[in-house]
Amino acid sequence: MTNARDEFDLRLTVNNVEVARRVPARMHLADFLREELGLTGTHLGCEHGICGACTVRVNGEIVRGCLMLAIQADGAAVETVEGVSESGEIADLQEAFHQRNALQCGFCTPGMLLAAADLVKRDPLASRDQIREHMSGNFCRCTGYHSIVDAVEAVCRARTGDARGRT
Amino acid sequence: MKASAFSYAKPSSFAELFDLMELHGEQAKLLAGGQSLIAALNMRLASPAVLLDINGLIELSGIEIAGDVVRVGALTRHRDLEKSPEIRAHLPLVHKAMPFVAHAAIRNRGTFGGSVAFADAAAELPACCVALDAGLELASRQGRRIVRARNFFKGLYETDLQPGEVLVSAEFPRLQPGYRSVFMELARRHGDYAIVGVAVHGKFQDGIFSDVAIVFFGVADRPVLAVETARALESAQVSEPIFKAVRSAVLRDLETSGDIYHSAETKSHLACVLAERAIRAMTMEHDA
Repeated sequence: MTNARDEFDLRLTVNNVEVARRVPARMHLADFLREELGLTGTHLGCEHGICGACTVRVNGEIVRGCLMLAIQADGAAVETVEGVSESGEIADLQEAFHQRNALQCGFCTPGMLLAAADLVKRDPLASRDQIREHMSGNFCRCTGYHSIVDAVEAVCRARTGDARGRT
Repeated sequence: MKASAFSYAKPSSFAELFDLMELHGEQAKLLAGGQSLIAALNMRLASPAVLLDINGLIELSGIEIAGDVVRVGALTRHRDLEKSPEIRAHLPLVHKAMPFVAHAAIRNRGTFGGSVAFADAAAELPACCVALDAGLELASRQGRRIVRARNFFKGLYETDLQPGEVLVSAEFPRLQPGYRSVFMELARRHGDYAIVGVAVHGKFQDGIFSDVAIVFFGVADRPVLAVETARALESAQVSEPIFKAVRSAVLRDLETSGDIYHSAETKSHLACVLAERAIRAMTMEHDA
């Protein structure tokens, strides 16, 4: 029988780099990224799944980094805001956030960018209402959201070749 | 906050799971999608000594259609239900409920069975199960049994699951000709738990309602099957007197309890508003 244990050897890739660490069972994925790997772009706000600041990608799907145990990512491919920034994947989103004033303090921004990247990749034809619905899992306490929706919409339109996104 | 320390095991078979459940007894909690459980651990609302991760039991995942039954495995992710063409075609109520279940990042991890077994009184899937009276299959070392969803939810976070039992799947009756579904809820932020929600499934043919099940959630300690409301609609056509009868039936059906944000009166009022909207929507849905 598999015995329940307090510590595990974890192997995974983070931003395409292979990583191996011994981690306690109780450690969630966002803490693992921040504390063990020093990838502090993933933020921790509420730590119970409400705010979305800890959004990361696991095997291509966005998840709450605070609601998944690090050991549950064993063997997985994890991507953080550092990875998608360096690869250039979200360069247009970052530029649009800057242009549209879609951030002030910046705390929610990494989570916003990963949530937005998910939408602009899968559904670039999304309407403003659909953008709002998709981004509804991420809190921002500075902008009032309009500028974030503007930025995401601009990227959606630009990626589908709609001139309205290029202003 | 951080979860208190626990040990963890990921069994790869039911036999192993039952061994671990026997060994650790009430010290252990089952971990499926973790979207409620890990939040509760982080807030230290729960501090089990052991987590048994059932994500290795792949036979718990998946959607199957067999004859007139749609079987949904407990480990099926919300996202897979949301995107499933089979669910869209044969269980429109569940399909329509999915966008209301939290947010995309949570739907990617959260599971059907986790939501049903957790039994939050304001959650969408327990209400769908009650509306369609799904058969919930529970497994233990002693064997398997089926509990009807209408008998499964016992109170706030309380179900008929006994120590040593695990929810395996739900069997839903497949959509029949003439039947329709409507799902609506009111929440402050899209994806939050409902202030009040309603799941409606029934027959609407030639302008007449029959065999309608109406379930309210977020109004009491479990999903509430509104029996009087269904009776008021039986053999009825849509008309102003019917809406009046429905409103008074809803108030008879619900013993609404308030929460820290909304009084019982507010919730009762909103339930009446939603009932009327949902019934109007039933008349406008396209036939299957």
